Amino acid sequence: MTRMIGLGAAALMASTSLASAETVRWARAGDSLTLDPHAQNEGPTHTLAHQIYEPLILRDMTGELQPALATDWAVSEEDPNVWVFNLRDGVTFHDGSEFTAEDVVFSFERAQSETSAMKELLNSIVEVRAVDDHTVEFVTDGPNPILPANFTNLFVMDKGWTEENGVTAVQDIAAGETTYAATHANGTGPYVLESREPDVRTVLTQNEDYWGQGEFPLDVTRIEYTPIQNAATRVAALLSGEVDFIQDVPTQDIARVEGTEGLTVKTAPQNRVIFFGMNSGAEDIEGDDVDGANPLADPRVRQAMNMAINRDAIRQVVMRGQSEPAGMIAPPFVNGWTEALDALPEGDLDQARALMDEAGYGDGFSIQLDCPNDRYVNDEAICQAVVGMLGQIGVNVNLNAQSKAQHFPLIQNKTTDFFMLGWGVPTYDSEYVFNFLVHTPTDDRGSWNATGYSNPEVDAMIESLASETDLDVRSQTVADIWDTVQDETLYLPVHNQVLNWGETDSIDYPSVDPDDQPMFKYFTID
Amino acid sequence: MLSYILRRILQSVIVLLVVGLVAFSMFRFVGDPIEQLLGQERTQADVDRLREALGLNEPFVVQYLGFLGRAIQGDFGISYRQARPVAEILLERAPATLELALVSGIIAVVLGIALGVFTAIRREGFAANAIMTVSLIGVSLPTFLIGVLLIWFFGIGIEIPVPWGDGTISTKLFPTFGRGEVVDLGWWTTGLLTESGRASLVLPAITLGLYQMTLIMRLVRSEMLEVLRQDYIRFARARGLKARVVNFRHALKNTLVPVITIIGLQLGAIIAFAIITETVFQWPGVGLLFINAVQFVDIPVMAAYLMLVSVMFVVINLIVDLLYVTVDPRLRIDGGTA
Repeated sequence: MTRMIGLGAAALMASTSLASAETVRWARAGDSLTLDPHAQNEGPTHTLAHQIYEPLILRDMTGELQPALATDWAVSEEDPNVWVFNLRDGVTFHDGSEFTAEDVVFSFERAQSETSAMKELLNSIVEVRAVDDHTVEFVTDGPNPILPANFTNLFVMDKGWTEENGVTAVQDIAAGETTYAATHANGTGPYVLESREPDVRTVLTQNEDYWGQGEFPLDVTRIEYTPIQNAATRVAALLSGEVDFIQDVPTQDIARVEGTEGLTVKTAPQNRVIFFGMNSGAEDIEGDDVDGANPLADPRVRQAMNMAINRDAIRQVVMRGQSEPAGMIAPPFVNGWTEALDALPEGDLDQARALMDEAGYGDGFSIQLDCPNDRYVNDEAICQAVVGMLGQIGVNVNLNAQSKAQHFPLIQNKTTDFFMLGWGVPTYDSEYVFNFLVHTPTDDRGSWNATGYSNPEVDAMIESLASETDLDVRSQTVADIWDTVQDETLYLPVHNQVLNWGETDSIDYPSVDPDDQPMFKYFTID
Repeated sequence: MLSYILRRILQSVIVLLVVGLVAFSMFRFVGDPIEQLLGQERTQADVDRLREALGLNEPFVVQYLGFLGRAIQGDFGISYRQARPVAEILLERAPATLELALVSGIIAVVLGIALGVFTAIRREGFAANAIMTVSLIGVSLPTFLIGVLLIWFFGIGIEIPVPWGDGTISTKLFPTFGRGEVVDLGWWTTGLLTESGRASLVLPAITLGLYQMTLIMRLVRSEMLEVLRQDYIRFARARGLKARVVNFRHALKNTLVPVITIIGLQLGAIIAFAIITETVFQWPGVGLLFINAVQFVDIPVMAAYLMLVSVMFVVINLIVDLLYVTVDPRLRIDGGTA
């Protein structure tokens, strides 16, 4: 009899654990490149890392800063150059070892090392020191009011584990290295790595000892992640019920998925703006048919081109409604964005033609447009549409569309005069945009500024942002820089991309993440 | 015979070296791996350091010689994309591609020859004409489209009304992507031992083999028709031999020389076409690996893959040449000097 009861109880337990085991089969286009959290600064790699590892602070799926391994943080009262972070108590790594300040110091030093891909986000940090087991201080080379925003993808590793496995250094691909940390993981995060075959399948199971048990939904107990590159196959896998959740639903398939019973598509603006850059700084450019002059150097030409781009038409025809036309090169979440700046340029084709006439290009000119064809949503089609639109004001555009691996070196080497670029702002602050796209190219700033634009006054203003502690003054400087950028028509903004995630009706989450990073601890399942 | 084989092997080595040289001279046109390796926040100093460390500033001939020197010692380098040894990745991926190629090759050869013979013998029949018409789809539709159509029809499925049971049957029979569950034998992973593995193999194998099947079938048919008109076939019939003996012993055997050439070359094509099929079905083989490598400009993987494919083609051609000798006795006489 006792034995019977025992069996019955065991059966009951088995059935409850089955009922509560909620697996989410998840597919997106690309796979994580490495499990080493400091070796690649790239979307899909960070997304997988966020399930296993944790940063001190993270952005939740609505884009808000939330405490993770740190509970609170503030600038030191004694020294404006020091940020003090208090760490969470009672956190353990997946292998059971305790999380302490020593791990944070070690991880930040690792992320600052020569071969780390994350070091640029930390270049204002002079020293990281542990005050006690649960307090860490970050010393910067000057006051840095927005430092914490740079930490949202900086994951903390266990110092002991990395020492045991000989991975205290970030893997160096250039040295032909392959390391234990690239294929194994030991984080503090909500999910534990069960198995991984790169490009094929990665399985994660819930961390029973996670500090956030009870605090987050944690309905998902098991994640099966499969990259499916081909968009049609990815949608087919969702429609046939072989996966439960996909990222990157192609625009032409949204209606099909929505129309299928039991499936939903959720949409939200992405943290990525698409725009065109022009070489306005050079005396003469090679890609045009004008001798001895650079038509793009004339602000009236740039204004005319800005007016000629019909963003609503691109939205309706090329993007099937899946974009948000933009008037500035920063998405709406970014500090410094205003509705007035983001307003679409006024003026019509007649005004644009008049401006061209005034600038002395009434008969037009021709120029080459460099465009990627495998990087952004419908990138080549957008460029083709723009070719037609600029043709209406006499700018005869030759389109050169090629793969991203060939396109981006043109911007890197500044050998393009007219190019498409997309930009995300991981820090959610305008300074990031200015540093890379507006500042004169120098050793540590302006690396993506291929416009030839160089204005010492603006450069000084940008540099002042890094250490300005008075937030009102800082906001005013940001606004002033934006005014200059807009007055100069330095870039031609097109739109903000929109993200589409598709899933079975039972899956829900707070919001489509603007950085395209699902975090499964926030998911709920009915 | 031996000197013939040795000479062919020597020729093959030269072919391999040339393929490698051409491949390396073209990698620069694929793009710059640095862009993929460093994130958005990289500085010019990082770019310069990495270019130097990876040897990308060297002329392509120097890069190629370096690759050859290491490859001879069995070291194909580290994948830029996966940061793992290339040889390890290729060995891990090869079983998936070879199983797929093998199964679709068998489908293509068996069905192709059988249907070819059938349509030649029953030239006027309705079934033969129907098969010939349908086979046009196989030769004219691109692999990509066939794959997507099969996925829509047999992966997602449609409901067909029938007058029995629940009133409808679904055509959803096979998985849409991946390899299903695989059994790891240590040195080989196979999907043939599990039900989901076999189910996953069906659609990609048909997609990959359909073109080859129709090609072999049409070739066998036209060769058969040619042979069946020959005098010796008429005499064989006149001697009162059974139709089976005439068709298979005399006619089919004499159509096989061109068919073997085509099958040999197509075996290479099956592995080359596997790139497209593998992309459509997310089949984790070397073709998908190669596509990813091209997009990422993963030079070590591209180089190793291209060398592997050329070794394969060279070996297949050698085997085909040797098979000729077996099938056609006339070649044996001067086989030692040809």
